[in-house]
Amino acid sequence: MRTTTRIALAGLLAAAFATTPAIAQQTLKIGFITTLSGPGGIIGETMKNSVELALDHLGRKVGGLNTEVIYGDDQFKPDVGKQVADEMLKKHQVNFVSGIIWSHVMLAVAPTVTSAGTFMIGTNAGPHQLAGNQCSELFFTTSWQNDQTPEAMGKYMTDEGFNDVYLMAPNYAAGKDMLTGFKRTFKGRIAGEVYTTVNQPDYQAEIAQLRATKPKALMVFYPGGMGIQFLKQYSQAGLRGQIPVYSVFTVDEISIPALKHAALGQFETRIWSPDLKNAANAKYVADYRKKFGKMPVFYGAQSYDGIMLIDSAVRAVKGNLADKKGMIAAMRKANFNSVRGKYSYNHNHFPVENFYLLKAVAGPTPGGDPVMEIQKTVFANHKDSYSQECKMKW
Amino acid sequence: MKRGTWVVVLLLLLLAAVPPLAAIFNEPFYLDLFRRIMIFAIAAASLNLILGYGGMVSFGHAAYLGIGGYAVGILSHYGIDNGVLQWLLAIGASALVACVIGAISIRTSGIYFIMITLAFTQMLYYLGVSIEEFGGDDGMRLTMKSQFGGLLDLNNATLFYYVVLAILALVALLIHRLVHSRFGMVIRAARSNEVRTHAIGFSPYGYRLVAFVISGAICGLAGALFANQTGFLTPDFMHWTRSGEIMFMVILGGIGTTAGPVLGAAVLLLLEDRLSALTAHWQIILGPFLILVVLFARRGLAGLFLREGRDG
Amino acid sequence: MNAILIIEQALNGLQLGVMLFLMAAGLTLVFGIMNLVNLAHGSLYMVGAYLATYFAQLTGSYLLGALLGLGGTLVVGMVVELIALRTLYERDHLDQVLATFGLILFFNELVAILWGRNAIYSNLPEYLTGHVELAANLFYPLYRLLIIGIGLLVAALLWYIVTQTRIGMLVRAGASNRTMVAALGINIRLLYTLVFGLGAALAGLAGLLSGPLFAVQSGMGEQILIQVFVVIVIGGIGSVRGAFAGAVIVGMVDTLGRAFLKPTLATIISPAAADSAGPALASMLIYLLMAAVLAFRPQGLFGGRSP
Repeated sequence: MRTTTRIALAGLLAAAFATTPAIAQQTLKIGFITTLSGPGGIIGETMKNSVELALDHLGRKVGGLNTEVIYGDDQFKPDVGKQVADEMLKKHQVNFVSGIIWSHVMLAVAPTVTSAGTFMIGTNAGPHQLAGNQCSELFFTTSWQNDQTPEAMGKYMTDEGFNDVYLMAPNYAAGKDMLTGFKRTFKGRIAGEVYTTVNQPDYQAEIAQLRATKPKALMVFYPGGMGIQFLKQYSQAGLRGQIPVYSVFTVDEISIPALKHAALGQFETRIWSPDLKNAANAKYVADYRKKFGKMPVFYGAQSYDGIMLIDSAVRAVKGNLADKKGMIAAMRKANFNSVRGKYSYNHNHFPVENFYLLKAVAGPTPGGDPVMEIQKTVFANHKDSYSQECKMKW
Repeated sequence: MKRGTWVVVLLLLLLAAVPPLAAIFNEPFYLDLFRRIMIFAIAAASLNLILGYGGMVSFGHAAYLGIGGYAVGILSHYGIDNGVLQWLLAIGASALVACVIGAISIRTSGIYFIMITLAFTQMLYYLGVSIEEFGGDDGMRLTMKSQFGGLLDLNNATLFYYVVLAILALVALLIHRLVHSRFGMVIRAARSNEVRTHAIGFSPYGYRLVAFVISGAICGLAGALFANQTGFLTPDFMHWTRSGEIMFMVILGGIGTTAGPVLGAAVLLLLEDRLSALTAHWQIILGPFLILVVLFARRGLAGLFLREGRDG
Repeated sequence: MNAILIIEQALNGLQLGVMLFLMAAGLTLVFGIMNLVNLAHGSLYMVGAYLATYFAQLTGSYLLGALLGLGGTLVVGMVVELIALRTLYERDHLDQVLATFGLILFFNELVAILWGRNAIYSNLPEYLTGHVELAANLFYPLYRLLIIGIGLLVAALLWYIVTQTRIGMLVRAGASNRTMVAALGINIRLLYTLVFGLGAALAGLAGLLSGPLFAVQSGMGEQILIQVFVVIVIGGIGSVRGAFAGAVIVGMVDTLGRAFLKPTLATIISPAAADSAGPALASMLIYLLMAAVLAFRPQGLFGGRSP
């Protein structure tokens, strides 16, 4: 019995080495890394859905080649993300790595991928290092640099003549970046600046401080569950309607079903919205809702664009995946129908794109969820603030 | 040699065979995966020293993983890439912190010990999140791996693999010798009966503290290796779930055995890797698996190999 | 800093405190009597929040949802005790930690499969949304006052049960000497299941009360779990009185720290330094407190006495 157990265990170890049969090249392999398990899995799900939808729209052939997409779960940990990337590079020998929600995972994964001579196509995280001195020929993103979205909010609130704005964000790197970005373009007076503990469930104490300060407006960054808790409690404190709230990455199609009317009237800035008028977006939104029965989210829209960007690059070199120079040149043109409309690439491979002001308004069906609606363009063709630190020229 | 020793030697030989096998099958990825497993095995072995033999359940061992990692990262941040200096600082700083935490924690026992070690790690975690100079929670990138002149080049994946394997073997040997020395006898005696240990003329406090410091120092070295492995470090290294993971490796493998930490690290990490490739809901499989191990493999996986259970 | 703000923040601290107490009471009893470290206590809190929200949507009544949610959590708790935890009582803490961590993974994934990974919508009925004017210019949300009220009521009830009733006597006896209670012919297994069910129901109560305030989502239990452990360790394990004292202390320290630490620091060191040190220190405060308590009183404030 004991011997059998031992043999079984040895077999298990051997099975770990089991090889996948070598597939002849000219199959395009894309490794898509995102968070699929745990609470962050909801974002990963919308990204994965959008990748699948993009594959459907391309007849499962990206750039005209047979395509295999390998999904990897980073578990919200940078070291796991890096390990998954290593597996994709060394085991699956992918041609592109794409995805990545979180900045800290991106900072661990992107250098691994690009130093192996493989393309990294980011579809969400935009840490400033990668836009600045760590920029790379092989790195492109279809999203934004982290500071840009709050910069748009700062610009809008300055234009509206706001003064005495109170700022709140969780006490971690992205939270600080967001408020730094906001302060870069906001010219009015700041009434207070408060950092809360990450994933703190209750904001009642901070809301009491805020009420005592009597600001004219509030600007917050509370992604995911934090935003839901903050806005619910803000609403229950009776402050909604008294002090207007402006936010970034706080109210979106993921949090709206949990917030419902507590989201109404909320302002956000963003590069994309479901009601953005162009043919590619209309098709994306309609088919996403048909296939998955939900509203798509910007994370997904960016991931859809990521696959389309790869498609444009592979098409430009007629499927010759060895022609990396050709693919770089093609991607720099951003020559595809983006769901956000036409955009161009800055020399650091970050998009130069529009930022819009969005508002959560009552949905078309009475009693249904609110929807995000574009109010105006805040920035047209906005560049990030770190590109001058990037030495790349083309 | 005793049966337990044979299992350890066999495990180390198996690990040594990974690079040639990976080369034959052209699967270089497994080098990274098994190197990661061995680094966690070192961390788990260090915890096993105090948990398995000393009965001190530290629920904050990730702290030293973080300190070791940050020692490498911070020196590298200021342009010091000398590996000897980096690793010595990792060991020294972890030992120092372990000394402070241990001096306070060892006064308590049982669940209070678990919680106070957790508390200290939480403090270090929040410290890491709030220091912007070193990247806060975004973490910092290690631009260059630890340098050892022309002697060792860690960028060579196979060489780095064998360096980690050698350290693992040394750590296993060191801990084995330690627990079978007079010092180890006192530690183990205090675990089973503290009053009697006092009665025969030993005050366990000092011995326990020394064991705690050695354990922290070894885990700090694992942290330095881990930073080189990922090329990146974040306060996430010190998150409490990380401490939990290291603890599970020890329990899963079998506490108080030399082979246990290696087996535990290998099985837990391989399982996570395989299951997460299978389904996004892999945790619904891993959870009940952990429960079943507790209920039916009472002495962990090493218990399946060792008739006599604990080899100490 | 004016008086009204300080009173309001103290109320906030108290409200967080009673919420922590509801969680801590069950955890400390299970720990003290069955000697079980139950990491999955946070999962029962999550189950309470999910079930109450689900039943409230199903029946259209908040109250009915809350009652069904409470009963549901009681049942879930007892089932978990019967299937998985019962065999763990005689094991050491390590096995318990590993197995109950397995339960956390299981429950988090289960609710994600049943209800999706999205946070689900849970809100207050109209009649609970108002504010009460406690003093001139001091408006406090009615619902949070209700939470404080329920928390204090439960505390009083528990005090009565533990000190004045026969079952409480058994609980106290079980905490100090288990084998003796069993030897006296008491059905100790039934007692264990009852106590565990009670603890689960209290965690469920905390969960369903927090549903309308927080995001009801997979993993919500772990946000509060570590804090609850801090509470019972400060209070002393097995002591309901200690859990109450610990909960109020932790609630107050955490809330007042978050509110007043930064402005206080700014008067001592430069405002810029206070800006970066304040929030970090506020997050560490309860852990510092716990380390300090244990360094000077390794058994916790009320440890070693009867519950």
